[in-house]
Amino acid sequence: MTVTQPTGVGDDQSVQTLERERDDMAAAPTDTATDVPPVTTLPPRPAGPTEQDRRRTGGMRAADVFAFFGAFAGAATTTGVLWTELGPFTGLIGYVMTTWVLFMTYYALLVSFEQNGPAVRDRIASAAVHSLGLVMLAALVFVIVYTFSRGWHALVHLNFYVQDMRSTAPQDPLTKGGLLHAVVGTLYEVGLALGIGIPFGLLGAVFLHEIPGRFARFVRTVVGAMTALPDVLAGLFIYATLILIFGVPFSGFAAATALAVTILPIIIRAGDVVLRLVPGSLKEAAYALGAGQWKTVRHILLPTARSGLVTAVILGAARAIGETAPVLLVAGANNFMNLNPFSGPMMSLPLLAYKLVQSSQDNDVARGFGAASVLLVLVLLLFGLARIVGGRGPGELTKGQQRRRARRSQRDAERIYDRWQNTYGMTSAPVPSRRDGS
Amino acid sequence: MADQSDVSQALSPQAVRRALKSNFGAADRTFRGVARGGGLLVLVVMTLVGTFLGFRAWQALHKAGLSFLTTQDWNPDGGGFGIAAVMTGTVLIALVAIAVALPMALGAALYISEYAPRRLQRTLITIVDLMAAVPSVVYGLWGFVFLQWRVGPLSRWISNWFGWIPIFKVPGVERNDPLSTATAFTSSTFIAGLVVSLMVAPIACSIMREAFGQAPLGEREGAYALGATRWGMIRSVVLPFGKSAIVGGTMLGLGRALGETIAVVMVISLVFKIEPHILTNGGSSISALIALRYGEESPFGISALMAAGLSLFALTLLVNFVAASIVARSRSGAVSEA
Repeated sequence: MTVTQPTGVGDDQSVQTLERERDDMAAAPTDTATDVPPVTTLPPRPAGPTEQDRRRTGGMRAADVFAFFGAFAGAATTTGVLWTELGPFTGLIGYVMTTWVLFMTYYALLVSFEQNGPAVRDRIASAAVHSLGLVMLAALVFVIVYTFSRGWHALVHLNFYVQDMRSTAPQDPLTKGGLLHAVVGTLYEVGLALGIGIPFGLLGAVFLHEIPGRFARFVRTVVGAMTALPDVLAGLFIYATLILIFGVPFSGFAAATALAVTILPIIIRAGDVVLRLVPGSLKEAAYALGAGQWKTVRHILLPTARSGLVTAVILGAARAIGETAPVLLVAGANNFMNLNPFSGPMMSLPLLAYKLVQSSQDNDVARGFGAASVLLVLVLLLFGLARIVGGRGPGELTKGQQRRRARRSQRDAERIYDRWQNTYGMTSAPVPSRRDGS
Repeated sequence: MADQSDVSQALSPQAVRRALKSNFGAADRTFRGVARGGGLLVLVVMTLVGTFLGFRAWQALHKAGLSFLTTQDWNPDGGGFGIAAVMTGTVLIALVAIAVALPMALGAALYISEYAPRRLQRTLITIVDLMAAVPSVVYGLWGFVFLQWRVGPLSRWISNWFGWIPIFKVPGVERNDPLSTATAFTSSTFIAGLVVSLMVAPIACSIMREAFGQAPLGEREGAYALGATRWGMIRSVVLPFGKSAIVGGTMLGLGRALGETIAVVMVISLVFKIEPHILTNGGSSISALIALRYGEESPFGISALMAAGLSLFALTLLVNFVAASIVARSRSGAVSEA
């Protein structure tokens, strides 16, 4: 019986109707019901199966699978015939593309044998979306895997990480030379760039959030415009000002300023977005308790948005690490370790990869890909870090942070209790447990 | 009664209006001052870049005059110089990139938001975001060492069969000529565009995906209830809802593609003539011009490069502003009656 029982039915008639319906479904209509005149009579229904098979609303049927593989096999073989027997076709990419087009045609044809127009269009769209998405994801995986596989020969040698290229000629074997100078250069440059970018970036974000008005709107527009600045122009700007006008030499410092110009708008924009996520009630609570604006920013706004701000900074750092064009223009390039960012050219990882790959020597190309792999690992690490830190919403705490906060709260309770005891000299109140004896 | 008279007195026009004044303490005044100063400094640095580019470019622009827009050659110290060729090249590379990236980004965004299994979704989103974070030099390396040589047959195939369309023609290579050298097809605008497309696709994709994900559930279910297939639902609910995000994301990608430097530098070989045949060897781009020429120029040459940079900046700025306004409009319409 699948008739639903209405709850709270008041009048007799509807109950009787219901009962009658039930009878109808159970068996043929009976004549006992005829003595109730005002009841609607329902036409007799054939007694169907009481238990219905549950319909599957998703998933694939066997016919779909056959159509898919059939179309695929047909397309691949037709293209094979075209390529080997009939036409002057060559090339793997052309083969794949022709196969794809043929596959779509065959698949549409096969599906149309047993489905209507909308269903055929649905299948075709589904196949197209899947293949396009697949192409994009496959391209990324391929680029990364290719970089690592080409750099592998260089990456397996320990000297690659602990030497510089001071005395390495292009045709030297991979057991000589390394990229330590570029790693150090990258760390210096990105570190300095963050040293400039973080304070100003966070200050800018806090300014946009805390002092709204016409001026802040204008600054926000300009910052938005600057994210459109092509990176090479940041380099050209620093080249034309610092180097040509102020006479700063090609150096890590010049590169760091160029990188800072690139990442400043990124940090400000991301920070601005993150600060907006801080619940207004928290700030209002702080104001209501008498805290000033600075105290609220210092103790409420920034700590609450900390994870988001860290993410903004990390994403800026990941961008800065990978930037090549500004570094190419103002850092110069050298083959040896330079620990002074203020004088002398400085190498960085993207620049090293760029220079080495253009060499005609296979070993140098391998070194270049090795440098790109190390760069990629650094970016992946930063990105993973940003995911872990940024995965939490504003105000959400890790286990450790929660423990620390609980401990601090415990200390406060003890302090208050102590003062209370000292003032009134009472001992009858319950003593909070002392855990760390401070 | 007394209360009421108080109230009416307070409401009467003679009542003195209470002045609401924020009384900032010393710490707050300092903070506001510093924050304002920070905002001002950021503003100064940002505008300085633009104005300085304009200021230094003035010398070259003044000398070249209108011919700056029409000259193809780049010879600031000798003959004429102008951005006709490099600007066309930049735009062509960006257009190729967008033509390849748009279907990929749209497909991937639809796949992630509509087709992918729930548990795969987060991973896929991470992968796409990661793809946007991969340094451009890595894509450049890949394009320079790998793609350049693998795309040759495809370029040849396209030029064989579609050579009658002017942009796919490769001058100097006969149709079906097996002896034509492979280098006729390397370092082309097409390959540069392919490499750049991989860089801009994830940016466009994540913007589209975000908008698709916000398409109202009620309307989706309504479409299904009316008997729509999945594609029918996407076409009638998701795509119209995300239309401005598609346009905006594409424009943002276009802005990035216009300014892309290092990957383009690695792939193309710079020529200073308008090269409308995208498959043939040689192309040009403003950012590549700057990256390759900045070192060997006289002060006047630098000024000319600045002028080229300025025109690139103006173009990207325009594209980005249009994109940002389109994306912002799509967000404001995101909350719909469900």
